[in-house]
Amino acid sequence: MSVSNKVFQFTALLLSFLLLVLSFACSKPTGGNSGGAVKLQGVGATFPAPIYKKWVDEYGKVNPNAQIDYQSQGSGAGVKAAQNQTADFGASDAPMSDEDLKQAKGELLHIPTVLGAVVITYNLAGVSKPLQFSPETINDIFLGKIQKWDDAKIKADNPDATLPANDISVVFRSDGSGTTEVFTDYMTKVSPEWKEKVGPKGKNIKLPEGIGIGAKGNEGVTGQIKNTPNTIGYVEFIYAKQNGLPIAPIKNSTGKFIEPTLETVSAAAAEMLADTPEDLRVSITNSKGEKAYPISSYTYILIYKDQKDAAKGKVLVDFLWWATHDGVKFAQEKDYAPLPSEIVKKVETKLNAITSGGKPLRQ
Amino acid sequence: MSQVQTTTQATEGITATQRWNIRRALSQTGTTGDAVFRIVLFASVFIILAIVVGMVGMMLSNAMPAIKHFGFGFLTGKNWDPVRNEFGALPFIYGTIVSSVLAVLIAVPISLGIAIFLVEQAPRKIAQPIAFLVELLAAIPSVVYGLWGIFVLAPFIREHLGPILQKYLGWLPLFQGKLTGIGMLTGGIILAIMITPIITAIVRDVLTAVPVTQREAALALGATKWETTKVVLDNAASGIAGAIVLGLGRAIGETMAVTMVIGNMPQISASLFEPAYTIASVLASNFAEATDELYLSSLILIGLILFVVTFIVNGLAKLLVMTVTRGKSGTAKAA
Repeated sequence: MSVSNKVFQFTALLLSFLLLVLSFACSKPTGGNSGGAVKLQGVGATFPAPIYKKWVDEYGKVNPNAQIDYQSQGSGAGVKAAQNQTADFGASDAPMSDEDLKQAKGELLHIPTVLGAVVITYNLAGVSKPLQFSPETINDIFLGKIQKWDDAKIKADNPDATLPANDISVVFRSDGSGTTEVFTDYMTKVSPEWKEKVGPKGKNIKLPEGIGIGAKGNEGVTGQIKNTPNTIGYVEFIYAKQNGLPIAPIKNSTGKFIEPTLETVSAAAAEMLADTPEDLRVSITNSKGEKAYPISSYTYILIYKDQKDAAKGKVLVDFLWWATHDGVKFAQEKDYAPLPSEIVKKVETKLNAITSGGKPLRQ
Repeated sequence: MSQVQTTTQATEGITATQRWNIRRALSQTGTTGDAVFRIVLFASVFIILAIVVGMVGMMLSNAMPAIKHFGFGFLTGKNWDPVRNEFGALPFIYGTIVSSVLAVLIAVPISLGIAIFLVEQAPRKIAQPIAFLVELLAAIPSVVYGLWGIFVLAPFIREHLGPILQKYLGWLPLFQGKLTGIGMLTGGIILAIMITPIITAIVRDVLTAVPVTQREAALALGATKWETTKVVLDNAASGIAGAIVLGLGRAIGETMAVTMVIGNMPQISASLFEPAYTIASVLASNFAEATDELYLSSLILIGLILFVVTFIVNGLAKLLVMTVTRGKSGTAKAA
């Protein structure tokens, strides 16, 4: 009696558990207009995540119905989410390639939001003034041709610095990333040797064997450099700044050593306006201007020109309009360079062209 | 009572159906309970089988492009180059096995020491808090181990352990090269610390299960504490080996802490100070960003290889256990 009782109890428990699991599995997020609120889901690049989250917070005050959730999973994830429509918008540091665009389900628009810079940072004791680097020196360090900090080439870039004879350790991104894409985009432009030995630009980097420590994410690279003496690596500007790491001025195409600042990054974009195509997919690394910081980049939000859900599309378009206008001051607070005004005008045209069922969403 | 006796006698030499009917007649509640019970058990078994088959099947079908493109060369290829879409898994297999074996080599003597002390030597007052502390170690999330690895262990190896090893054992290729504190050795040590509580806890249980009479017998024969412990260990050999296998399994699959300290460079280097890369790490690092089909497929294939590596290593370890314990009990009997 008692045994079969227990069996029944157990079965009942198991069944109720299964029911519970099923009920969770079936209750998909409705994502609709429950109580006037519109929920939007974005996935993508980690670099702009701090400003996107700030914008979402601030925009919530302007339009309380907009509930936007941004998940920073990386540019690759953002591109995939946009292609497969698994999120309402994607985000990517580097523009999508023609091939990637072909896999999208409809016409995808690139909306630049802010500008960013990839910086060279290092951990070297006894150097007070930030070291500066020419692209040739960076190339030789990352390819293992320069092994010591007191190498003649580093000395030539920094005549005043006293450099120790320590071994250099390079830190790179072991995961695919937009940061790596911007960095390799620059390196392939300035060094034919890089193109031959490391390969074309992309989200991944493959350094020669025996060179370097791989770390995951901007925070991983920053942590590794901060904790390991004699290291050098590339990270997004804010990560170096927030962690108090030195930021190296880089020799640009006019031969001037330029420190990354909001102005020099904006200058890199402004100098490339003539070369910026209508779809705004453009690389601004190794920019022409005298004041331009050479490893700069736009970061984009990817959205479909024709929105399936008019309510969601309206909120998204209004949010992007607000972000690229009223949101600029928050971007500057967080050290993101604002878009040049000519680009803002082009963004306006694009946002005005977004439709749902043939009707423009922006009025 | 008498009824039961008669039926037991009657069951001899009857068919299965008859026996079943008798059992049914005897059971007061009928067989519904048993039937439901059996269905529940069957369902559990079916679910786990379906999961294994489904997983392997899914991985195989998704890994097909990489299998077709690289064939057997994927296993022996040393080059992992997502830039040029060339993939070889050997550095990851090497990194996974070497870091795990290193971890076991370090963790086993320490775990055995702790467990023997707790069971055979320590007074209860000391044993219980220590056992609690060891178990507490097992509950720490692996990302915390990783952070500790970066902030404490890596600098320690760079500034203290590394220079000492290079000074006295520097002639070995194992200890040559640049000292950054990040690399295979750091990964192995972190793993060792992570698997020590698991091995210790199991070995402690195994040792406790050895009958007290064994110890009393040994002591009565005039054995020292060390000799008594040897007798106990002999008896517990298979259980200890099982604990080691479990620890090894954990080390092979560990991801986060290793990723943070091993250096994530796909290379095969004789030096333990050089960065390496494990299968679990490369999967965790690159899955989200692998947009290219061949790249994604290669990652899935390498996941499948992790499956197989775990399977083979566990199989080998079990085989080792069997031969070791058989030899042990054989000599024990002979002596």
